[in-house]
Amino acid sequence: MIAIIDYKAGNLVSVERAVRALGFGCQITRDPGRIKTAERVIFPGVGAAGSAMADLKRTGLDKVLKSVFKKGTPLLGICLGTQIILEFSDEDGGTECLGLLPGKVERFPANMSEAGQRLKVPHMGWNRISFVRDHPVFSGLDPEYEFYFVHSYFPAPSQDRHVIALTDYGLSFASIVAQDNLAAVQFHLEKSGRPGLKILKNFCEWDGKDA
Amino acid sequence: MLSRRIIPCLDVRDGKLTKGVKFKGNVDIGDPVEMARLYYEAGADELVFYDITASSDRRDIMIDVVRRTAEEIFIPFSVGGGIRTVEDMRAVLLAGAEKVSINSAAIRNPELIKQGALAFGSQCVVLGMDVLRVEKTEQIPSGYEMVIHGGRIRTGTDALWWAQEAERLGAGEICLNSIDADGTKDGYEMNLTYLISSSVGIPVIASGGAGSPEHIRAVLVEAKADAALIASITHYGEYTMGQIKEYLDQRGVKTRKAW
Repeated sequence: MIAIIDYKAGNLVSVERAVRALGFGCQITRDPGRIKTAERVIFPGVGAAGSAMADLKRTGLDKVLKSVFKKGTPLLGICLGTQIILEFSDEDGGTECLGLLPGKVERFPANMSEAGQRLKVPHMGWNRISFVRDHPVFSGLDPEYEFYFVHSYFPAPSQDRHVIALTDYGLSFASIVAQDNLAAVQFHLEKSGRPGLKILKNFCEWDGKDA
Repeated sequence: MLSRRIIPCLDVRDGKLTKGVKFKGNVDIGDPVEMARLYYEAGADELVFYDITASSDRRDIMIDVVRRTAEEIFIPFSVGGGIRTVEDMRAVLLAGAEKVSINSAAIRNPELIKQGALAFGSQCVVLGMDVLRVEKTEQIPSGYEMVIHGGRIRTGTDALWWAQEAERLGAGEICLNSIDADGTKDGYEMNLTYLISSSVGIPVIASGGAGSPEHIRAVLVEAKADAALIASITHYGEYTMGQIKEYLDQRGVKTRKAW
């Protein structure tokens, strides 16, 4: 069973539907027992880091996630879920996060431009990813594939070895990060058509080893 | 680099697909879920459902359309039309839509934008703007006036002021529809699109008037739209999504080409 963590951060139904469409069983849950015994855990999220972390702490899910990561359960972060696994986010006046991965989360600077056109924030729409390292969860992807992003903040891991892929939007940021049994994407793979479903399928079959 | 989005708009009435010309004389042309799936396969970057169902007691039909669509397509889609409250927004989002578009209700109650953004995040809240070109006056300095109820009622609200006010209130995106251009297939309202897109910091989707791939190129490049809404140009098979993207690609406009 795949547990999709429910921490009142946005719409989880689309993640659930995507997993089910691929033929895997899953459950949206905030029950610590179910999360700890799940074969895999998906940590999605839409919204702001401050309120999301407050909810995780209030419910004790922050500790549950840390223990699931430690014991080797394959863990997938999506969007805000990906940002929260780092140590600190600049969002909401500065938010202490889970710290599963060393690094922080920064905001896109104002007044970015590209080819004479002002770049708007949030970074919203389809963009490419370029791989800097192979990873089993992200294998079998056409380099032309694009993924659907909606975010104003981006992950900035402190160690290069945790960066799997980069995306350009005014600057180059880590759009996929990974460490041990943790893989995490900034884009919404559940809304990225077949390329997104391919990653999700890879994750649903992943043994949690990064090579 | 971000791709420019091409977004087919599906008008739905009583659970069936329609396409109106200047909001009049709509005719039924089919099942919206099937059409959404076809567009998903064909490479649409996003979809918009616009519900023109008149009676509010039939709104559950639209929720069912949204639910069935979300089971079949895995790209973002938004739903607009008749959304008046935060509860209406919640119902559409829980059924599987990525975004909700609010229009008349936001003009009557601007707080709805703020409430929606607080409850679901700005990225969920699209401000739909129906705009009519008028003479510049003290009240309408931009020469573009907000209209509601499918263009039937003028509001006395300046479109440029309203776009900036909606951004301030928390709208995450603007879908900008020109009543003058809508259904003409003579091209988008370029001046209006440039005016609004260059005056706000959130993405602007141009709507109304697409009749050829060149119209789409022009509004994306010259009028600086972030995305282009299309309808009849592809609904009746005149052009395919692939042909439009190929045309744009050959002219240096980056679009999503593999899916």
